[in-house]
Amino acid sequence: MPFWLELIVSVFLLVGGVFLLVGSIGLARLPDIYTRLHAPTKATTLGLAGLLIASMLLFSWQNSTLSIHELLIALFLFITAPVSANMIAKTALHHRLPALERTQNQDLAAAARERLTPDAPKKKGKK
Amino acid sequence: MATPTGFKFFPMPIHSVLLFVVWLLMNNTLAAGHIFLALILSITIPWLLAGLQSAHPPIRKPWLAVRYSLMVIMDIVTANFEVALKVIGPMAKLQPGFIAVYLDISSDLGITLLASTVSLTPGTVSAEVSEDKKWLYIHALHLENEQALIDSIKQRYEKPLLEILGC
Repeated sequence: MPFWLELIVSVFLLVGGVFLLVGSIGLARLPDIYTRLHAPTKATTLGLAGLLIASMLLFSWQNSTLSIHELLIALFLFITAPVSANMIAKTALHHRLPALERTQNQDLAAAARERLTPDAPKKKGKK
Repeated sequence: MATPTGFKFFPMPIHSVLLFVVWLLMNNTLAAGHIFLALILSITIPWLLAGLQSAHPPIRKPWLAVRYSLMVIMDIVTANFEVALKVIGPMAKLQPGFIAVYLDISSDLGITLLASTVSLTPGTVSAEVSEDKKWLYIHALHLENEQALIDSIKQRYEKPLLEILGC
């Protein structure tokens, strides 16, 4: 394998690894469940993309045929990541898990829990 | 949406193509045997499952859909950098918040696509849809200008989706 290809593959592996690490750091550091959701859904998509591109390059070279079934992993990730994030957010809302105190518009969270329109609970409150 | 007559043997043409491509991708080959197997699967599976199909609007502008996907992929890359910086940066500076976005898009498919896009792009995760499907609740990691965020979601993502699906 030529040096330049090794270099490119290593760069992609490193970039991917760094983003996966950042995603995990985010999961540990962020203060409440709603903000924690952001780290694994975002940082990992690029992290995995880096690893998959590296894998595509390496195995396309090694087997001297185009290896693109890694694209399927990316496709399934794009389908499942938002859905699982959405389900976790919903569960958190219904369990009334407290959001960080300085979270803005917490009344919207209450409306979302009951699946109401956002202005409905406010009007009730005023009456 | 009723299946158009004349599509008896391919009740779900898009799904057939998708199945064909995914089968070949999964086996990572273009061997004749696998192409034959993929053909059989992509014809019989949709034929068996046609009855389970739920109605959704057809894609009106396929090219816009392709451009939209590319734009979303670019946004995902920038989203990763933004979120990564915020995750490493000081926690005390974060100003998370909820927002509600009024939906002009009405089809289930459209709302699903919009909610998924929102979850994948910069600093936002969609949390819930109101029961009348008119409001999308979103949690933002760092909320500075509520109205600007709402406008950008509507302009950048909802408008092209509305054009692609027509409702």
